[in-house]
Amino acid sequence: MSCEQCHEREAVIHLTQIVNEQVTTLHLCERCAAEKGVESPGSMPKTPLGTFLAAMGQELPEQTPTPRSSENCPRCGGSLQDFRESGRLGCSDCYRTFEVPLRDLLRRLHGSTHHMGERYADREATAPAPAPRGHAAELREQLRLAVETENFELAAELRDRLRVLE
Amino acid sequence: MIDLSLLTDGGVGWLDASGPSSHLVLSTRIRLARNLAGRVYQGRNSETEREDILDTVETAARETVLLRRAIKFRLDRMERTDRQLLHERHLVSKELAGLDADGRVRSGASVLVQDRLGVMLNEEDHLRLQGLHSGFALDAAYAEVDRLDAELGQRLAFAFHSEFGYLTSCPTNVGTGLRASVLIHLPGLVLTKEISKVLQGLAQVGLTFRGLYGEGSEVVGNFFQLSNQTTLGSSEYELLDHLGKMVRQVMDYEEQARQVLLRDAPAIIEDKVWRAYGLLRYARALSFEEAMNLLSGVRLGAGVSLIPDVGMYTLNKLLVYTQPAHLAAAEGVAPNDPELPVRRAQFVRKVLESEVGRRG
Repeated sequence: MSCEQCHEREAVIHLTQIVNEQVTTLHLCERCAAEKGVESPGSMPKTPLGTFLAAMGQELPEQTPTPRSSENCPRCGGSLQDFRESGRLGCSDCYRTFEVPLRDLLRRLHGSTHHMGERYADREATAPAPAPRGHAAELREQLRLAVETENFELAAELRDRLRVLE
Repeated sequence: MIDLSLLTDGGVGWLDASGPSSHLVLSTRIRLARNLAGRVYQGRNSETEREDILDTVETAARETVLLRRAIKFRLDRMERTDRQLLHERHLVSKELAGLDADGRVRSGASVLVQDRLGVMLNEEDHLRLQGLHSGFALDAAYAEVDRLDAELGQRLAFAFHSEFGYLTSCPTNVGTGLRASVLIHLPGLVLTKEISKVLQGLAQVGLTFRGLYGEGSEVVGNFFQLSNQTTLGSSEYELLDHLGKMVRQVMDYEEQARQVLLRDAPAIIEDKVWRAYGLLRYARALSFEEAMNLLSGVRLGAGVSLIPDVGMYTLNKLLVYTQPAHLAAAEGVAPNDPELPVRRAQFVRKVLESEVGRRG
């Protein structure tokens, strides 16, 4: 949705106010919000996409040593510039073409880059209904694999989650 | 005019107030975003490709148990009023219904609906699987959508990345593709002015809130949709568990706020809810927003047993059928008809009179 103030940019800040016991929500872009003196609450999980997209154009050459990222996606023809403007990727191959900057974005958006949910391949093999495994056991197995494959970033993340669980 | 009676419950089974904690929680919604492997996403594909996606998915869906008898609505071939009707029933998103500012419907935009399950097609992602349950029912709603995901996943090749999980058009949905939302009524927290604090707290634990109609919608009638913000890095189980715990906490806060109101300002609160009831019973013209706010007051009154005559089901029914497209359809006028506020007031009076008559 577009900003209620300038009607131009994408609204990224949704400000809820209570006036006379009525809840109203203002949808603003970052610039208009800043002009109104509004800071996005807990700005880190709320608007990383917007700030990342804004920063992506300028910082790109330093951020990504691989020249591939400035290319167009071979399947859909989309570029990082297109993504920056629309916030949408063109196809699944974009995740490979722009892997480096996207990995960074995913980490900022979700705090992780590793899918921990149901896996499509398992699902095909064990469908229709895969038996739910013990959750901690599943994490321990993933941790073992991560250590074996020397994926220490993932291993640390899994260890933290196991700790919370136990 | 489309015939919604083809759907079980007309597609509003989620409003029957039969689910857990339904005095606070209207409905629970689960959505899974999926794309077909090897195909360009919606933003860059052609009309022909979208038609092909629709055919491919519908063929697969007709082979499943859960969508075998699904009704198909082609939004790209429907009038605006009908599209709005489906949107008001929470069966399609605003984007798919072409109700955004530019008002254009994408070719191939469709939805398949059977009972509590549905699949939106050619939305931002190729498929948006969804399940809607009455009340606070995260586990039950997810279990059903998960079964549908498995059934469709056996017949369709989904775009999946070994590290990132299910791939989506917008990176905010990558991984599980799961968005779980709980539509909750929080008048106590609004009246005690605690709501901002609660919403800010939710943002800090990775949750987000929206209005009555989901993404990009306003908060009306003190209804908030609480949902998970992240989709990657936690399992579906963890995401649901976390949201569930937080919603239970918000429900506790709301109950506490109501007790505080009844303890510290009983006369004011009693006046407020009966005033809302009085206006609904006797007003001669009601805008949608006013009706929503008054219904919120009466709902609060019914929730704390100050207004014993009105059931939650009746209030839910009023919530749905006083919406512009619903009312217009029932009255046979256009949704922007200037007479609509008068017709709305008539409709509300009639429903409340028959409710009191039935009970008295």
